[in-house]
Amino acid sequence: MTMAPAKAAPPPVSTSPSQIVGAPSATSPASHPVRRRGVSDRMRLLLLWLLMLLVPYVAPNSYVISLGNLFLINVILIASLNLLMGYGGQISLGHAGFFGFGAYVSGILDVKLGIMPWIGLPTAAVLTGLSALIIGIPALRLRGHYLSMATLGWNAILLVMFNRLIDLTGGPNGLLGVHPFSIGSLALDTDIRQFPLVWLVSLLVMIAILHLLQSRVGRALRAVATNEIGADAVGIDSFRTKLLFFVLTAGMAGIAGSLYVHVNQYASPETFGVNGSILLVVMVALGGSGTYWGPVIGALIYTAVPQLLLDYEDAELMLFGLGMLIVLIAVPSGLAGLPATLIGRRFGRRPS
Amino acid sequence: MSEALLKVDSLNCQFSGLRAVADLSFSVQPGAIKAVIGPNGAGKSTLFNMIAGVTAPTSGAIHFAGVRIDTLPTFRRAELGIARTFQNLQIFREMTVLENVMVGCHLHGKVGVVKALLRGRALRDEESAFRDTAFALLDRFNLAAKADVVAGDLSFGQMKVLELARALASRPRLLLLDEPAAGLPQAEAEHISQIIADLNRDGMTVLLVEHNMRMVMSLSHDILVLNNGQWIAEGTADHVRRHPDVLSAYLGETEHA
Ligand SMILES: Nc1ncnc2c1ncn2[C@@H]1O[C@H](COP(=O)(O)OP(=O)(O)O)[C@@H](O)[C@H]1O
Ligand SMILES: [Mg+2]
Repeated sequence: MTMAPAKAAPPPVSTSPSQIVGAPSATSPASHPVRRRGVSDRMRLLLLWLLMLLVPYVAPNSYVISLGNLFLINVILIASLNLLMGYGGQISLGHAGFFGFGAYVSGILDVKLGIMPWIGLPTAAVLTGLSALIIGIPALRLRGHYLSMATLGWNAILLVMFNRLIDLTGGPNGLLGVHPFSIGSLALDTDIRQFPLVWLVSLLVMIAILHLLQSRVGRALRAVATNEIGADAVGIDSFRTKLLFFVLTAGMAGIAGSLYVHVNQYASPETFGVNGSILLVVMVALGGSGTYWGPVIGALIYTAVPQLLLDYEDAELMLFGLGMLIVLIAVPSGLAGLPATLIGRRFGRRPS
Repeated sequence: MSEALLKVDSLNCQFSGLRAVADLSFSVQPGAIKAVIGPNGAGKSTLFNMIAGVTAPTSGAIHFAGVRIDTLPTFRRAELGIARTFQNLQIFREMTVLENVMVGCHLHGKVGVVKALLRGRALRDEESAFRDTAFALLDRFNLAAKADVVAGDLSFGQMKVLELARALASRPRLLLLDEPAAGLPQAEAEHISQIIADLNRDGMTVLLVEHNMRMVMSLSHDILVLNNGQWIAEGTADHVRRHPDVLSAYLGETEHA
């Protein structure tokens, strides 16, 4: 029995006993320069997007501009999935389905009801988010991989609906007669006219994601993904946090869908299948899951590779799969982490 | 005596065949440091988990500041003012030290999605207030130099301090500390011990599980001894140290006795 009392009081170590929290001590914030990563990431984003404004001028033909439009729509898709999956730790296997849902909502409103795309776009965002809410409430209540299963199921159901509700969707032949966005009497019906719109919306989505990440809700999301027990303990409602971001990111996919359908003035079911959802997950991982710039790289690959392999469609999936294996083994943090890996910054890190 | 801040009544926790906590009742007065001691497997962590909302009691009741909390989810109990550290650290390893503490400020923020998206004044004010609070805590615990380090890269002792800082960032009324000094060298254990004493001097109520008897004896006003999930003694350090049942409970346990 050595339950002896302390022989001596421990030496005082901490600085000011009266200071728990609340007003910062006089020394703290000033003496610790705060790293303002937010500002610099925002600057980089603006610079990169300004640079992209050159695309219509340097593109040799309209086809390249159309690829630019597709790339920017893919940025929205992959960046939103990355927010959910990379930062939130929730894998959705239905992102292409939400993309399609947004496309068909906006397209059908236009074709069947004559509702202009400018109204179709926010409607698509809201209804897609709402569909995510309905799936998310039961699926996110349970811990584990239920969201992946539920979204996989939802995507499969959607695909059947896109194919079978022929009166609404046009079925396997696709939805025809979709109108482009228009400003007054100017229809945005050429690639070069559509580019500024897609450019602007993708920029806004990227800014939105950055702002969310650098706020209390974004930190809560990352905390829940990193350690749910710890997040609960500091008062975070992890269910609500996951649901919120599931709905938000589905809404972003809906926006991408609306852009897609009015840019192409057409939609057909095969674009929005489970295959597409899986590829989007692969692109998030390839680019760098949970990194801000990874989705830009992912979208570049997702847009460019199929162009290079037009004649070998079967090879595409195989190549993506192989590429993912190689990247994930060589650079587990994704291609956005490649420079850091090469420099060896991460080598000193203790495994966690 | 004032009304108890925490009141536990006939609490039970049954894990299939095992009764981890058996018919336990006690209370914690505001402003007190109460220690819970007992051999390994006595049920201390299970008790903490039931108070914090990680484990559901089989029966019994827990009241915090007059509110019955035993069926509330963990985050609701945190909202009421219960913060904790974990025996097996639960920090956000992939986030920076600063971010870990800023997450601890979560309950004191109001900025939701819309305001975050617009990134207006409300968001910037909140972010800078969180940052100031976090730095004040990190300063106090000598971790400010590590603010931008990924938490998973800290030493074990630093992680323990970080978890404590995170818990304090929520400005709790009751702090549950599960073995805050376990695995730490003496100097670091004394650092933690000093922090707890300072917090208590400022009015913090603490429920402490700890094997380091030097720390328990010097810090606590009041000690509860558990063995096999059962209450065996409760009172001042002197009372508990002389209690025959406590002696016999600890005799079997060479490791900590
Ligand atoms: N989740 C669980 N499932 C089954 N048994 C458990 C669980 N958690 C703890 N126990 C058992 O309950 C008893 C008390 O454990 P614990 O509360 O961790 O003790 P202490 O923290 O006092 O060392 C031990 O016998 C332990 O094995
Ligand atoms: Mg324990």
